[in-house]
Amino acid sequence: MNKSKEDTYIRSEGARTHAIVRAGLAKRRAAEMRFRLYGLISIVVGLSFLVILFGNIFSHAWPAFQQTYVALDVKFDEAVLVPDARFDAGTQASADYPALLKRSLYALFPEVTDRQEKRSLYGLLSSGAAHEVQKRLQEKPDLLGKTERIWVPADDDVDMFTKGAMDRNAEEGDRRLADSQLAWLDKLRADGRLEKHFNMTFFTAGDSREPELAGVWGAVMGSFFTLLVTMTLSLPLGIATAVYLEEFAPRNRWTDIIEVNINNLAAVPSIVFGLLGLSVFINFFGLPRSSPMVGGLVLTLMTLPVIIIASRSALKSVPPSIREAALGVGASQMQTVFHHVLPLAMPGMLTGAIIGMARALGESAPLLMIGMVAFIVDIPGSMAEPSTVLPVQIYLWADSSERGFVERTSAAILVLMAFLILMNGLAVYLRKRFERRW
Amino acid sequence: MQKSTLIMLLLLFSTAAYYLGRTRSLRLVGGQIRNLHSLPAYYGYYVALWCGIPTLILFFLWTALEIPVVTQLVMADLPEELRSLPADRHSLLINDIKNAVSGHVAETKPELQAAVQHFIRLNSLGNWLLTGLASCVALGAAVFARSRIHKDQRARNEVEKIIRIFLVGSSLVAILTTVGIVLSVLFESIRFFELVPITQFLFGLEWSPQIAIRADQVASSGAFGAVPLFAGTLLISVIAMIVAVPIGLLSAIYLAEYASPRFRAVTKPLLEILAGIPTVVYGFFAALTVAPFIRGLGADFGLDVSSESALAAGLVMGIMIIPFVSSLSDDFINAVPQSLRDGAYALGATQSETIRKVVIPAALPGIVGGILLAASRAIGETMIVVMAAGLSANLTANPLEAVTTVTTQIVTLLVGDQEFDSPKTLAAFALGLVLFLVTLALNILALHIVRKYREQYE
Repeated sequence: MNKSKEDTYIRSEGARTHAIVRAGLAKRRAAEMRFRLYGLISIVVGLSFLVILFGNIFSHAWPAFQQTYVALDVKFDEAVLVPDARFDAGTQASADYPALLKRSLYALFPEVTDRQEKRSLYGLLSSGAAHEVQKRLQEKPDLLGKTERIWVPADDDVDMFTKGAMDRNAEEGDRRLADSQLAWLDKLRADGRLEKHFNMTFFTAGDSREPELAGVWGAVMGSFFTLLVTMTLSLPLGIATAVYLEEFAPRNRWTDIIEVNINNLAAVPSIVFGLLGLSVFINFFGLPRSSPMVGGLVLTLMTLPVIIIASRSALKSVPPSIREAALGVGASQMQTVFHHVLPLAMPGMLTGAIIGMARALGESAPLLMIGMVAFIVDIPGSMAEPSTVLPVQIYLWADSSERGFVERTSAAILVLMAFLILMNGLAVYLRKRFERRW
Repeated sequence: MQKSTLIMLLLLFSTAAYYLGRTRSLRLVGGQIRNLHSLPAYYGYYVALWCGIPTLILFFLWTALEIPVVTQLVMADLPEELRSLPADRHSLLINDIKNAVSGHVAETKPELQAAVQHFIRLNSLGNWLLTGLASCVALGAAVFARSRIHKDQRARNEVEKIIRIFLVGSSLVAILTTVGIVLSVLFESIRFFELVPITQFLFGLEWSPQIAIRADQVASSGAFGAVPLFAGTLLISVIAMIVAVPIGLLSAIYLAEYASPRFRAVTKPLLEILAGIPTVVYGFFAALTVAPFIRGLGADFGLDVSSESALAAGLVMGIMIIPFVSSLSDDFINAVPQSLRDGAYALGATQSETIRKVVIPAALPGIVGGILLAASRAIGETMIVVMAAGLSANLTANPLEAVTTVTTQIVTLLVGDQEFDSPKTLAAFALGLVLFLVTLALNILALHIVRKYREQYE
């Protein structure tokens, strides 16, 4: 009897538990679904940030690849260019090219006579338009005395207007072009003299105060020289450090300190490296300010930890049997490492190095500290000349108030991203092509 | 001769020395390699290193000393009235001459023109001298090393010793970097604290370094209280963490526990793109798109939002940090042993209950370490705040107002013209010191926690 009583007790107890569990089940399932949904939502949010960011930059950058040009029939008049009938390199450089442009532009609008009006008419052209004419004459000196139709860049306000970034219905005081200027532009367009062409200047010119004359090539070259310095220094140093720590170093307090050090350096804010560069390389060693040399040195110190860590893990992944085999047939430790282990670890090391370089390419904060923010028009030709780099150029343009620089900033970002994608793609390719699983 | 040509020449010399050593060793044993102690190539390397290293040392010493020595010589030849100028005018003069020499500006003053010519002459003389000297050293060292070769010479061991020295030297660069950072920041900071008391810097509530330029009120201006900067940095970092931690952590949980391998293979790299985008791009995005958007949104609700609000900068910084949090958390969640999950399932827990009550607590130390690392990154981040946060120091906790941060101030203090003894520039180094110490402490703490955690399950 006792036993059956216990039995029913257990059974009823079990039934009660069962009931409790069953009652809570719907709630728990709902909680499960909710939790799952939170995870999915946060991924979607993260990815949508990515999409918004890229969409935003693309939509801003798109117009920058085109630039408005004005066609003018320029007569290369000898009377204007060579008043004293002597035409050589010296007079050619100092000749009055704007006068040629003005003459052909005013010829299109004979009704404009007022000085003020004439000035605002000439203001439709870029201040670099005269340079185009000069360049054309340098290419073809026999144009002297003849007339040719030349497409010269329009002012950035005109450029904005033709791209639809300026509302023509706004109050005259609120836009940067006057009513009369808009009328002239309409006439030019009707004559087929106002067109948008591919913006070659953007890819070949250096920096400029005028958006229509500004280009990224100077910054690209600056980045190239900077990365050249960074690569030639950080690759051998990084690999040597990794080889030493992984293959030769005894495990002691000293190497522990080096290890902790490298890990910490990898997380030091980049701007602190800029402070180091400023006070050590520039103030102490007196290296030239704003030069890719100093920039490259600073970025070397910054990327070294990345390369070291990647190289060490590449060395770690080479199985010990390779080393034992080499040592077994009588190779010295150095020969084992340099003839057998290093070649096998090389793809992994190069992947790490490329990723480090990509990070260095996108870095700007430390370079601000060492003066690479200067306004530099010339395209740098060596590592000691003042220059700027792509990300810093983006920073400089982003600060600029001209409307035309907004799209050029975005376009420069696209150029930078293209390089980054190229480098990371190369790293992925290397890893896929040469990665070996042991 | 150009320096780069000289380097090429030296490389050529070393290559020639390699062949010299190699053929010499082979000739010594009549082509019978087995009679040599080392492989013939090692004798080549031996001679090449002997030829290359002393010349390289000479080259770098010369390059480092050349400019100061030439400058001294030129200065000594200047007319008396120019030499007796006060120190600051004197250094200006030197700069003028150097600029003229490098051809950036044409020198107009006749008394300086002579000096410029002198400078150029000495420079080219020095270059020729260096070329001759380097060639002599290279040749002499190569001949000496070649004469030392004999068949029992342990060339391999000697070459390996030199390589080893190079390896050890490279690994010291990391230490030197840290020492360099600490010393450079520390020295300038000490100079700063001589002008402005440290307590005032750390606890002062007012920051306006621009006032202190005026010479008559340098140290007493009382405008170097960094508390508003610390508060601003903290505010923006907290906003960033509020954005990044939930999104990053939940995505990591979903990717690690729920997602199919295919979904994971696509989504994870996509999320990590966010970490690869240069920060200047985020800064531009924050300043051009996010800040006006938030401002407009605030206006709709009748709120007055600053166009450089802390919210915009913090939000964008949060987006940047998402992948740091998510990939680190992902690693640690994956490191939790499957047996813990199986145990929870066996007790009847649902998947989310398992995650919340078993997996996350087990991975918590690692996740906290990852979050600390992300926080240190947020504190040290520069470009986003330089472009999207304000410049005026505002002691406020309102995310809709403009605040400034430590990194922004370092940039604004150091970009542009600077004189190195004004407290304004030195203040940047003091801020750098604080930044370095804080991020260092966070990193050490985080790495310590992470390492402890790793040991637990290994």
